[in-house]
Amino acid sequence: MASTKHEFRLRVPSRTDNLDLIRIFVGKVAEKVGFRSDEVDKIELACDEACTNVVKHAYKREEAAKSLDVAIKIDYQKLTIIVTDHGKSFDPGSVIMPKMKEYLAELRVGGLGIYLMRKLMDEVNYDIQPGVKNQVKMVKYFIDKQNSNSIKKIKDAK
Amino acid sequence: MENFAVQRVDNVAYSILKVGGFLDAHTAPQLEDAIQNLVDENRCKIIVSFTDLKYISSAGLGVFMGFIEQVRNMGGDIKLSNMTPKIFRVFDLLGFPTLYDIFDDEHEAIEKF
Repeated sequence: MASTKHEFRLRVPSRTDNLDLIRIFVGKVAEKVGFRSDEVDKIELACDEACTNVVKHAYKREEAAKSLDVAIKIDYQKLTIIVTDHGKSFDPGSVIMPKMKEYLAELRVGGLGIYLMRKLMDEVNYDIQPGVKNQVKMVKYFIDKQNSNSIKKIKDAK
Repeated sequence: MENFAVQRVDNVAYSILKVGGFLDAHTAPQLEDAIQNLVDENRCKIIVSFTDLKYISSAGLGVFMGFIEQVRNMGGDIKLSNMTPKIFRVFDLLGFPTLYDIFDDEHEAIEKF
């Protein structure tokens, strides 16, 4: 298993007015470790969506002072963002990925965040422990996964 | 830090909302209020110009989803214009170009009303 070379952490009160701070933090780290600007944009947006879900759904309004943790781990092949909260749990299996055409046709509001996170990142996984913590882990590889698979196939074929 | 701003320009037949800054879950209510005000005044031919918009999340896109049906039922539309490639990519990722008219320039949008 790849060892973590660097780790960056941010803890902020779970409020929407901290989303800009979270984006700056994540964006700067992604930029620093060498992602292209369009990839940095994707990482920032995916993290914003994950944190917005925490603020809007995991904590009730009166719990707004509770904290939201964003950790970024870097190893030689990928960047991993881990968003942790200690609010209301949800069952990630119950989240149905919208079929966008039908979704748009129905003009439903909201619920686009999880769809976007999966589109923007290479991997999205949840670790839900009711009453303990909720964690979403999102991974972006330094080399596009499909490209690296293609490279591997080429090498294997030789 | 530069946050979010929405500027309204009314013409006889249509209204333009020029949005700038960062549109996320924190600032989306400002855009929601601006569109709600237009709807309340029966102004349903709306162009949203994104020239100065630096960032949009799904909370921002959700605002358009929230009003489009009502506005079209009133005989109007929400047309979108002047997106930077970064903003367009987010709309495109969610398939919005199939549901909304998106133009390079607000004048093109005006002609379509």
